[in-house]
This record gives sequence, structure tokens and C-alpha cells, in this order.
Amino acid sequence: MIGLGILFVFVFIALAAPLLADIRELNPVFARAQGNPQWAPPSEFPPLGTDYIRRSVWAQFVWGSRVSLFVGLAATVLTIFIGSVIGIVSGYIGGKTDGGLMRVSEWFLVIPFLPLAIVLASILGRSIWNIIFVIGVTSWPSTARLVRAQVLTVKQRLFVDRARSLGGTGWHIVSRHILPNVSGLILANATLAVPISILTETTLSFLGLGDPSSASWGKTLEEAFVNGAMIRNAWWYFLPAGIGILVVVLAFTLIGRTLEEIANPRLSRER
Amino acid sequence: MGRKALGSLLTFIFVLVFNFFLFRIVQKDPIGSLFRGRNVPQQTIDNLRTAFGLDEPIFTQFFYYVRESLQGNLGISYQSRQPVWDEIVAAIPETVILVGVSAILSALIGTVLGIVAAWRRNTWKDHGITAGTMVFYSMPDFWLGMLLLVGFAVVFPIFPVGGFATAGSSAAGLDRLLDQLNHLVLPALTLTLAYLGEYALIMRSSLLDVMGEDYLTVARAKGLRDRIVRRRHAVPNALLPVVTLTAINFGFVLSGAIAVEAVYSWPGLGKATADAIRGPDLPMLQGLFLLFSAAVIVFNLIADVTYAYLDPRVDH
Repeated sequence: MIGLGILFVFVFIALAAPLLADIRELNPVFARAQGNPQWAPPSEFPPLGTDYIRRSVWAQFVWGSRVSLFVGLAATVLTIFIGSVIGIVSGYIGGKTDGGLMRVSEWFLVIPFLPLAIVLASILGRSIWNIIFVIGVTSWPSTARLVRAQVLTVKQRLFVDRARSLGGTGWHIVSRHILPNVSGLILANATLAVPISILTETTLSFLGLGDPSSASWGKTLEEAFVNGAMIRNAWWYFLPAGIGILVVVLAFTLIGRTLEEIANPRLSRER
Repeated sequence: MGRKALGSLLTFIFVLVFNFFLFRIVQKDPIGSLFRGRNVPQQTIDNLRTAFGLDEPIFTQFFYYVRESLQGNLGISYQSRQPVWDEIVAAIPETVILVGVSAILSALIGTVLGIVAAWRRNTWKDHGITAGTMVFYSMPDFWLGMLLLVGFAVVFPIFPVGGFATAGSSAAGLDRLLDQLNHLVLPALTLTLAYLGEYALIMRSSLLDVMGEDYLTVARAKGLRDRIVRRRHAVPNALLPVVTLTAINFGFVLSGAIAVEAVYSWPGLGKATADAIRGPDLPMLQGLFLLFSAAVIVFNLIADVTYAYLDPRVDH
């Protein structure tokens, strides 16, 4: 519940960005023209001070929330989509297709995730869509496995029922049985996958693979680091973005764990 | 056992194929990239092209790639113009030290915390530990590093700001070791804090599973004290997933600290990766990726075998 509350706040910030902070503050030329000081702490330049090229940190935080949330959600959507499709196909059709797909997913699971993401991002170039693509393409295996396991369970139940009833049921009716049973699990998994997407985007941006023209929280941290914010103890520069990430990730994790308990009652006995 | 090894080998072959073809797609002109910005006569470039076999069919090139890689020839770094192999090998010990120490510490501390949390579940200790570790696990590891760096190297200058040892120092022997340990503290602390959550959580749920088992009721019925029940019966059986996790995590040892090494300028594989990204120094990235993947594959195999060996319920 706390998770939902936190999330609500941040979604609001992201959507209301134009009202909360002037986007022109992100433009260094504008900032200079405004006469902003450099490296100003919040006491000098509320609410969150300025950075190395005079831009308002608050504006970066507010507008960065949009990018970070968007990339996190979009990448998760891609991950869940690929993972679910493969999981359902694999579980339902079985046989050689299943074996082949599972081998591919196994391969992805073995390969260290971050280096793979780095390699792909380095090759594809620095843009938001590439980052989303990279995260989606590297994260789908665990979703696929989960979905496949659930499909297999449902399939068992269905064949028992079908053996009892007469008359064949078409493929469409069967998928009408599978999908509802799987969607709860997919939703829980999706919610838990968002933190991974956000953290991955943050790390990739921090390493310099982010979109240079966008201002995600990861990018803010990268710029802070590269321009010596730590040596100057410009805490107002790198604290907000990090806290933002921390809180949003926590929110999704909390919600996700609750959803997981609902979707999979077996887990709740541990509470 | 043989089948698992074969599976691992197959995976490694896939990695080689992937690595080669992926970089080939991007590197349309490796020779040109190597001499970017330098004035080299066209004849030299053509000669090099032939020497490197770049005018031969792609599958022949792949064969050369595999042959050379297995002999340790991973190409030449764009940035340093030194052999990739040399650069990588030089960076391995630093990373192994940092991540090894952190992995051990996080495993130990995390496991203990997990035990406490499970044994005293739903008390303040449990909630505190679970919440605390979840918080650390939810933050970007390098951000935690930045916080610790500012806190303990800038604001309170207790520890050095980065690097492996004080530059230009001629200390030797014990002094040098102490200096290096001093530099190790903050990065290791960062990694340990970031990853102990995983161990705590796994140990906790594993122990909770075990606690419901029959043999514990028997032990208690025998009149054994709580602590002995815990230490001699519950914990050893619950440790199995943790051991497997540790083995798997060692595989990710080499690639686990990329961003954190960048923050502390720790001269290991992570920093090498971060530097290579900024190039992009494609031969370095290619070589590093190969190494990272190989490490994970090998340690996963070890983990599989260890698990099969330790758990009598699994038949091998």
C-alpha cells in the first residue's frame, strides 16, 4: 500500500513536470542567460541548487523522472511481452519447440547480464529506444520460464478436465482458459521487473551508454560523477536522483511482492 | 556430469559465435578504426587487411577468430594499442580481490542476518533486517558507492578517494599491503552492502521452509535447546541454496563490479570495461565479454556439480 502511494506521487511528478519546473532550465544556454550560479547549493538557489553548467537540479529531477519511468516501464513491457509470448508458446506447444526455446533462454540466463547489455548498447548506439530494446531483449528469459511453468500447470489441469468431458474444445477456448490463469502471474512478474529495468537503465546511463539528449536520473548521476560533484561535495546534485531511483524501485518491489502473494498463494505461507 | 559439461561447452561455443558475429556487424573496417586519426599509407592498410585475413570469407574469419582466441590472442585495444589479452590479464587480480572479498563478506553477513530474521520472524528484528536489506538492494550500487565516497573520503577524509594504492608511493612490504587494504575498504563496503540483501532474503526463506519440517519437531520434542536446534539441525539444511547462490555469484565475480569500480577508479576489469565503453574500444569489449561469459559458464557448472554432490535427493 505504501508502494502504491509512493508510486502515485512519482507518476504525478512525472506527468506534471511542465507545471513543476520550467523545461528551459535544462538548457545550459538559457541557464547562463538567467544568470544562474554554478555549483550552487540549495541554500543559494532553491529548491535543489545548480550543477556544473548552471542548470537547475530540481528541473533535472522532475524531468528526469519522466525519462527514467518511461524507459523502465517501456522496457518492462517489452520484456514481459517477449517473455510471455515465448513462455506461452513454449509451454503450450511443447516438444522440440519448447526444448529449443528453453535452450535459447538458458543461454541468455548464463551470459552475464550487464556485459551483454553493455555490448549491445555499445554496438547499437546511444538512444532511448536502443536502451529499451537492449533491456527488453536481455531480460525476457526469467519471465518466459515463469510463464511456461504456469502454462504447464494449467495444461495438466485442462487435460484432466477434457478427458472427463466429451467433445473437443478448440484452440481458442483453450487459450481462453490458459490466459486468465497466467495473467495474474505475468502482472506480478511485470511489477517486479520494472525495478530491474530502471536500475539497468540507470547503470547503462551512468556508464555513458544513455541517450545524450535525454535527462534520465541515471544520466544526471553520470554527469555529476564525471564533473566532480563528489569531490566538491555537491550533495544536492547526486542525492536527489539516487533517492528518486531508490524510492521508485522500492515502491515497485513492495507492490510486486504483494501481487506475487496474491497470484501465487503458495508463497504466502512464509509470512 | 558429462552431459552438464557438454552443455556448458555448447553454451561457450554459442558465446564465441555471438561475440564474433555481433562485433563483425559493427566493425565494418577494423583496420581503419585501429589507425583512426593517424596518417597511414593505403598500402600499409591493404597489407594489414590481408595479414589479418579480412579479405577472406566470413566463416574463415570466424575460424581464425576461434583459433586465435583460444591461443590468447584477442586483438589489440583501440585505446592503448596494447594486446587486449595483456590488458585484461593485468586487471584480473584487482577485480578478484575486490569482488572476492565483498562476495565472501556479503555471503557471511547476509546469511547470518537471514538466520536471525527467520528465527525471529515477524518481530522487529525480522522486519528491520528485511526492510534494511531491501533498501540497500533497491539502490544503484554505484550510487551507494558515491555516497560512501563523499561521506568517508571527502567529508570525513578517513579513506582515500580511489585507486588501488597511493600513487607514486614507494612503500613496500607490509606498508604497501596496509595501504592497499586502506584503499579496499570503501569499494568493498559498497559491494558488500549492496549484495548482502540477496543472501539474507534467500537464507531467510530457505530457513523458514526448513523450520516447518518434521525433524525439527522431533529435535524439540527431544528437549533440545532452541539454539542447538537451530545450529545443528535447521541451519545446515537450509544452507544449501545459499551455497549454490555463492557458487553462482562467484561466476559473476568478474563482471559484478563494473560501475562500482568506475566510481572508485579501481583498476580492475570493471574499470577496463567502463573505459572501453567510452571509446568504444571494441576489441577490448569483445575480449572482456568473452572472459565474463566464460567465468559465469565455468562457475555455473561448478555450482551444478556442487549442488548435485551436496544434496542426496538429487541423483547424479
